[in-house]
Amino acid sequence: MAADTRVRETAPVPVRQGPAALLRWDVIVAVLLVAVCVAGAGTTGDFATADNLAFALDDLSEIALIALPMTLLVVAAEVDLSVASVLGLSSALLGALWNAGWAIETIIPLVVVIGAVCGLVNGLLVTRLGLPSLAVTIGTMTLYRGLAYVLLGTNAVSEFPQAYADLAADAIPGTPIPYPIALFVLLAAVTAIVLHATGIGRALFAMGANREAAFFAGIRVKRIKLLLFVLAGLVSAFAGVVYTLRYGSARADNAYGLELAVIAAVLVGGVDFNGGKGTLGGVVAGVLIIGLLRNLLMLRDVSTEIQSMVTGLLLIVSVLTPQVAARVRDLRRRPVPSEAPIEAKEPT
Amino acid sequence: MTQRTLGVVAAVAVLVLGAAACGGTTKQSTQKSDQGGAKATGSANPDAPLKKDLKLAFLPKQVNNPYMTILDGQGIAAAKEIGSTGKEVGPSDASASSQVSYINTLIQQRQDAILIAANDPNAVCGPLKRAMSREIAVVTYDSDAAKPCRDLFINQAGSEDIGRSQVRLAAQLTGGKGKIAVLSATANATNQNTWISYMKDELKKPQYKGLQLVKVAYGDDDDQKSFQQTQGLLQAYPDLKAIIAPTTVGIAAAARYVSSSKYQGKVVVTGLGTPNQMREFVKDGTVTKFELWDPKNLGYLATYAAASLKSGRISGKRGETFTAGKLGKRTIGADGEIILGPPTVFTKDNIDDYHF
Repeated sequence: MAADTRVRETAPVPVRQGPAALLRWDVIVAVLLVAVCVAGAGTTGDFATADNLAFALDDLSEIALIALPMTLLVVAAEVDLSVASVLGLSSALLGALWNAGWAIETIIPLVVVIGAVCGLVNGLLVTRLGLPSLAVTIGTMTLYRGLAYVLLGTNAVSEFPQAYADLAADAIPGTPIPYPIALFVLLAAVTAIVLHATGIGRALFAMGANREAAFFAGIRVKRIKLLLFVLAGLVSAFAGVVYTLRYGSARADNAYGLELAVIAAVLVGGVDFNGGKGTLGGVVAGVLIIGLLRNLLMLRDVSTEIQSMVTGLLLIVSVLTPQVAARVRDLRRRPVPSEAPIEAKEPT
Repeated sequence: MTQRTLGVVAAVAVLVLGAAACGGTTKQSTQKSDQGGAKATGSANPDAPLKKDLKLAFLPKQVNNPYMTILDGQGIAAAKEIGSTGKEVGPSDASASSQVSYINTLIQQRQDAILIAANDPNAVCGPLKRAMSREIAVVTYDSDAAKPCRDLFINQAGSEDIGRSQVRLAAQLTGGKGKIAVLSATANATNQNTWISYMKDELKKPQYKGLQLVKVAYGDDDDQKSFQQTQGLLQAYPDLKAIIAPTTVGIAAAARYVSSSKYQGKVVVTGLGTPNQMREFVKDGTVTKFELWDPKNLGYLATYAAASLKSGRISGKRGETFTAGKLGKRTIGADGEIILGPPTVFTKDNIDDYHF
C-alpha cells in the first residue's frame, strides 16, 4: 500500500496545472535564472556582452556535459562521484600519449573508450556486486585519480594542436556559444527526449522511485544502471578531452573536485537526490544559474569565499524548497484519505 | 547485452586503429617555433609621464596565502602611490585552471593591467594572449607564464644572486674557515640545483679558500627527512661549521635540530627561509642570518613595471630601463625578465618587520 502511494506520487513528469506548477523547483530555478540575467544586465555593462557570455558558457563546458549522465543516474537513485577523476585520468592519458608521439585523432577515441571502461567498472561493482554507488565511486574516485598521477606524475603536457584547442575554446562565429556548449545543447535535447518521452526514461523514474517495483514491473534495472555508469564514464572522459584542449594543459590534477560542482548543478536543477524526481530542463537551468551567478559575482569583484557561500546557500534552498512545498501540499490534501499519510488519519 | 556491447567495442576499436593507420596530428607534426621571448611592440618613450587612474588587477596563485597577500598588498599600495587603483582577485585553490575564469573576468572589466603569479604556465596562456590583444598589459610575478603570453616577468631574484649570496652569508658567519655542507630539497629540484651550482662556483673564488664543501644532502623538502639528514651530517662531520639550506623546509628543520642539540652556537645554519618559520630560531640564537627575496618589494616592482608599460615608458624590449619608485632603476633583461635584485637578509633586528 505504502509503495503504491509512493509510485503514484513520484510518477514521471507530473502534470500539474495552475498555481501548483509554480511550486515546482525547476520552474523556480528557471525564474531565478532569468532574475540573475536581468540583475546582471542591469547592474554591470560587462555582463550581457557576447564576449562575456561566451566566457561564462565556455567555463561551464565540462560541468554541463557531465551533468547530463549524472542527471540520469541521480533520477535512477544512483550517483557517480568518480566523474572528475575519470576526467583527470583522461586528461593525463591524453597528455602521456601525446608526449609519446601518438596522433590526437587516435588518442581522443581511445581515452573516451578508457573512460567508458572506467564507468563499466563502476557499473559492474554497483550492479553485479550490489554495492552502494556512493561507496563504490568514492573508491574509484581515488583510484582513477591515482592512476592519473601514475601516468603523468606532477608534470604538465601542453602544446596541443591549435585547431583542436580552438574547437574546445572558441565560440561559433557570430554567436556567444562555444562549440562544447553547442554539443551540450544537442546532447541535452537527446537526453531530454530519452528521459521524458520514452519508455527508458519512464523506467529510470520508476527505478529511482521504487527499485523493487520497477524490477517486478519487468524493467531490467541492473542492465540499465550498468549502461548509465558506462555513459557517465564515457562523457566524463570526453569532458577530459575538452578540458585539456581548452586549457592547453594535461595534468593529473585537472578538474579536481569538479564532481561536487556537477552534483550541485543537478540538485539545484531540482532533481531529487533520492531518485525518481526531476526534469532535464531544471538541470539545464541549474547548470546555467551556477555558471552565470558565479560569473556575475566575479564581475562584481565578490570574493571567492562569498561566491562559494552563495552557491552553497542556493543548493540548500533548492533541496529544502521542494520538501517544504511537499509539506504544504500534504497539509492541503489532508481531507483526502487515500493520499494522506497514515498518521494524518488520526484526527478524523 | 554482452554481444551488443562487444559489437560496440569492436566497432570503436576498428575506428581507433583506422585513425592510427591514417596517421594524423602528432606532437612532431605540430612542433611550433613560437618559443621566443615576449614580443615587444611599439617603441618606448622613457620620458613619458606615468599615467594616472590605471586599473591594476593582481591575480595571485591563490587568495589567503600569506606570502601572496603581502606581495599583492604592497603592489596595491604602490598603485595608490602613483595615483592608480589596484585590487586583488583570485581563486581559493592554487589549481592549474582556476585562474582562467578570473583572467576572462578581468578582460571583461577592461582592466589596464593584469599582474599574475601563474599556477600553470600554459593553462593561463590563451586567456592572457587574449588580454594582450586587447591592450591589457600582462605582467607575471613570482611564477612565470609561458613567455609568449606575457609582456614582462618580475623575477624575485636571479638564480645567480641567490646561489652566490648564500655562500657570502656562510663565509661571513663562519669567518671564512671550516667545513660546510648543503642541505637541499630533492636531488632533481631545478631551482636548488641551479643555486647549488652557483654556490660551488662562488666557492672557487680565492676569498673562500678556507671553506670546504664536504657534502650536499637531500631532505626532499620533507620536514622529518630534512631533520634526520641534519642529524646525519653532524654525526659524520662533528667539526662542521655551517649548513646552508637553500629551501625553506630544509632550513627550518636544520635549525630545529641544531637548536635542541649540543651543536647550538657551534654550527651556523643559513639559507633561504621565511621569517615566520625562522623567528624562534633567530630569537634563540640558533640562526643569525638567513635570506629570502622580499615579497613586498616584488609586488611594488610589479606595479611600477605594469604602469610603466601601460604609460609607454617601456615596451618590453631587452635593455630598456625605468624607475621603480623607491627601488630605483631597473633594466629589462633577456626574455622580458626584470630581476628584483639581491635577496633580503633577515636578522634579529629586522625579522619582526616581516610576517609571512
